Amino acid sequence: MADPQSQKSKALLDAEFSDLYRAHLRDVYSYAYYRVGNHHDAEDLTEQTFLQAYRHFDRAQRESHGRPLRPWLIRIAHNLAANLYRDRSRRPSSPIDETSELVASHTTEDLVEGRDELAQVLDGVQRLPDDRREALIMRFALGMDNREIARAMGRSDGATKVLIHRAIKQLQQMVAGSDSAGSDE
Amino acid sequence: MSEALPSFEGLLHEALSPVEPPEDLGHRLENALLSITSSAVEELEAWELSSMRDPRNWARPAAAVVVGGSAGVALVLLRARHRSAPHRTNLRDARLSAERLLGDLGEHTRRLLGERR
Repeated sequence: MADPQSQKSKALLDAEFSDLYRAHLRDVYSYAYYRVGNHHDAEDLTEQTFLQAYRHFDRAQRESHGRPLRPWLIRIAHNLAANLYRDRSRRPSSPIDETSELVASHTTEDLVEGRDELAQVLDGVQRLPDDRREALIMRFALGMDNREIARAMGRSDGATKVLIHRAIKQLQQMVAGSDSAGSDE
Repeated sequence: MSEALPSFEGLLHEALSPVEPPEDLGHRLENALLSITSSAVEELEAWELSSMRDPRNWARPAAAVVVGGSAGVALVLLRARHRSAPHRTNLRDARLSAERLLGDLGEHTRRLLGERR
């Protein structure tokens, strides 16, 4: 028969994984969606992320020394997304396949005035270099702090701070550029 | 940083607002995880219960005995060949070598049978 001690710890692990899953399903899905640009791939990516996380959960817990596991989850999603692109040898077919749907679902007040601006920002995010785009998704869609982002991206806290600052600056210039281009037309 | 940054960050917050996963994704994932855990537990328990009854699971220990036995016989033959090498030309010595070889084989077989009991 199986060792009762190992069975107990397995049950405990499963319960803890269940908590992790409930706490971060939305985070992983949000990351996946902004990363791959469509709901279908985002669902697949989220599913694969949690299945892979489940396989290595025991070890991740032991090695995390009590630190939050969200960066670890996002790193798994990041690696899987990279594999997805490598396998298909493509990037998202459009910046965000359903940009208009996404923008429309934000708030009703934005519908008239801010819709174009949000669409421009989203479009700009998708055109940023990979590392800058990822950092912005983690910061603004997931609300991760610099330390968490640094862990997820395997960088130092300082380098992450600089990365985010440059990403915002570049995006701002891109949006400003498209604004002036639009007014020139 | 430029002065416009705080409001631009607000815009970023709006543009990159969290996306709720579809409800069926949650159910699908929970089912997938449940099926992994339950099938793993069932597999382990079933294997443990049947392992000593199912003859298919005897193949491994049986193979170990066969491999161990073959290695023993090979070792005896190797020793015998090594011992007989200097006496190859002499018919009497060859007979003695053969007798030693048979003796070694018998001894090794007795030892193997004794270990298995």
